[in-house]
Amino acid sequence: MLELKHVSFRVENERGEEKDILRDVSLKISDRFVAVTGPNGGGKSTLAKVIAGIYQPTEGQILFNGEDITHKSITERARMGISYAFQQPVRFKGLTVRDLVSLSAGKTLSVTEVCAYLSEVGLCAREYVNREVNASLSGGELKRIEIAMIMARGTAFTVFDEPEAGIDLWSFNNLIQVFRKMYEKNSGSILIISHQERILNIADTIVVIADGEVRRVGPRDEVLPSLLKEESVCPALTDKL
Amino acid sequence: MDAIEKNLLRAVADLHDVPTGAYNIRENGAAAGRRSTEHIRIETKKDKPGIDIFIAPETKNESVHIPVLLTETGLSDMVYNDFYIGDGAEVLIIAGCGIHNCGDQKAQHDGIHTFFVGKNARVKYVEKHYAEGDGNGERVMNPTTVVHIDEGGYMEMETAQIKGVDSTDRVTRADIGKDGMLIIHEKIMTHGKQTAETNFEVDLNGEGSGTNVVSRSVAKGESHQRFLSKINGNNRCNGHTECDAIIMDHGSVSAIPELTANHVDAALIHEAAIGKIAGEQLIKLMTLGLTEAEAEEQIISGFLK
Repeated sequence: MLELKHVSFRVENERGEEKDILRDVSLKISDRFVAVTGPNGGGKSTLAKVIAGIYQPTEGQILFNGEDITHKSITERARMGISYAFQQPVRFKGLTVRDLVSLSAGKTLSVTEVCAYLSEVGLCAREYVNREVNASLSGGELKRIEIAMIMARGTAFTVFDEPEAGIDLWSFNNLIQVFRKMYEKNSGSILIISHQERILNIADTIVVIADGEVRRVGPRDEVLPSLLKEESVCPALTDKL
Repeated sequence: MDAIEKNLLRAVADLHDVPTGAYNIRENGAAAGRRSTEHIRIETKKDKPGIDIFIAPETKNESVHIPVLLTETGLSDMVYNDFYIGDGAEVLIIAGCGIHNCGDQKAQHDGIHTFFVGKNARVKYVEKHYAEGDGNGERVMNPTTVVHIDEGGYMEMETAQIKGVDSTDRVTRADIGKDGMLIIHEKIMTHGKQTAETNFEVDLNGEGSGTNVVSRSVAKGESHQRFLSKINGNNRCNGHTECDAIIMDHGSVSAIPELTANHVDAALIHEAAIGKIAGEQLIKLMTLGLTEAEAEEQIISGFLK
């Protein structure tokens, strides 16, 4: 279980003015599948980075399975069982799909093992296993490889930052299937940042974040219907539907 | 062959012992072993140090190994090796130079390799440079490669200098005939106070000729690299040169292209990218549980793979 207690993240702009990207965020994430939504620029991606350890909160505390991880590094959190899927997957010159999936699993995987993960995300494994994860791959392909890496890690807690960003509709339909499968197979918790109703639809809990604050937390059936009506709460959500 | 020499041989030629096929091993300035085969003849030059390698026309799937090992300090070695690749032959040539210098004097190996690639012949040429040793003696390698490609000929050249060479000045000159193609992949990693300079000059003389010169390099410590690539398009041709470099610590890299199109249908491109390892690459690998140092190591080894 992951718990954020009064977490704030403050930055200084070029004029020396302070701005709260996250303000006094308290959340307990114990459900299997939690979706975080809200307008663009509201602090969702920052929240994901604070959980993964990429940003250190300026105030507050983060607990993972009861242990204080506020000052733990990215590496330490990863080793404790937190995974983070980037909104824009990173490209590497020279490293292959097999290299990255093996690094994710923490051991050298056989071609068969890598293929099994790639098949899960709908990639024809033989074509991809030795390909470099470079600019020759499309956004949708990179996204799937990113998810295959998360599967290979098999950790207790995973954050996905807008998995739908940068992929076409066809890939998106498959992506939903992948998340359903992960939900069924993986016993850990998944936190997905998303604007997509179809992702929110498979969540147990929905968290709405706007202007750096938690506006609402509740079961999907309570939060989602009102969210779809209140255009002002999340215009980005309705725009994309 | 002792353990040091076997170690060098493994580093430069992926060989654990004497190779199969044709080979010539040069050790501390003298011949240490040679074998010619039915289609590949190796002969000692009469006028200067070095060998002539004759590959018969239409020779298929054969290989030649010509490693050079230097294990004595204070030795300066200079060789001329000429390769005559017959029309329609398809061969793999593996050259490499390993220096083990544990003394205080300079150990230097300079080689001039000249290739005459016959009509429709295909050559893959792999050259590895490696140096080691715990003494203060400088380890120097200055390889020169001259390539002449005849009509429809193809040559792929892979060069790697990964460790330990204090100073290198590499020169590669080529002229390419009609429909000929030259591909060069260079990998260099320098550290400490090492310097490496590579100088490519390719004349695309024949109609439909082409070249692709790709350099990937890493400069660590206080090391400096200079990459010069010059392509002259003298006919309808395609030329591409690319320098991709990662700098670390106080390392520095200069990339200097010079493209000259002397024909209206010459298409020439140069690309260069020099910078440190992208922060997001390190962060990505750290989110997989690697430390920053481990992430750096993976990124570099992938980059130079």
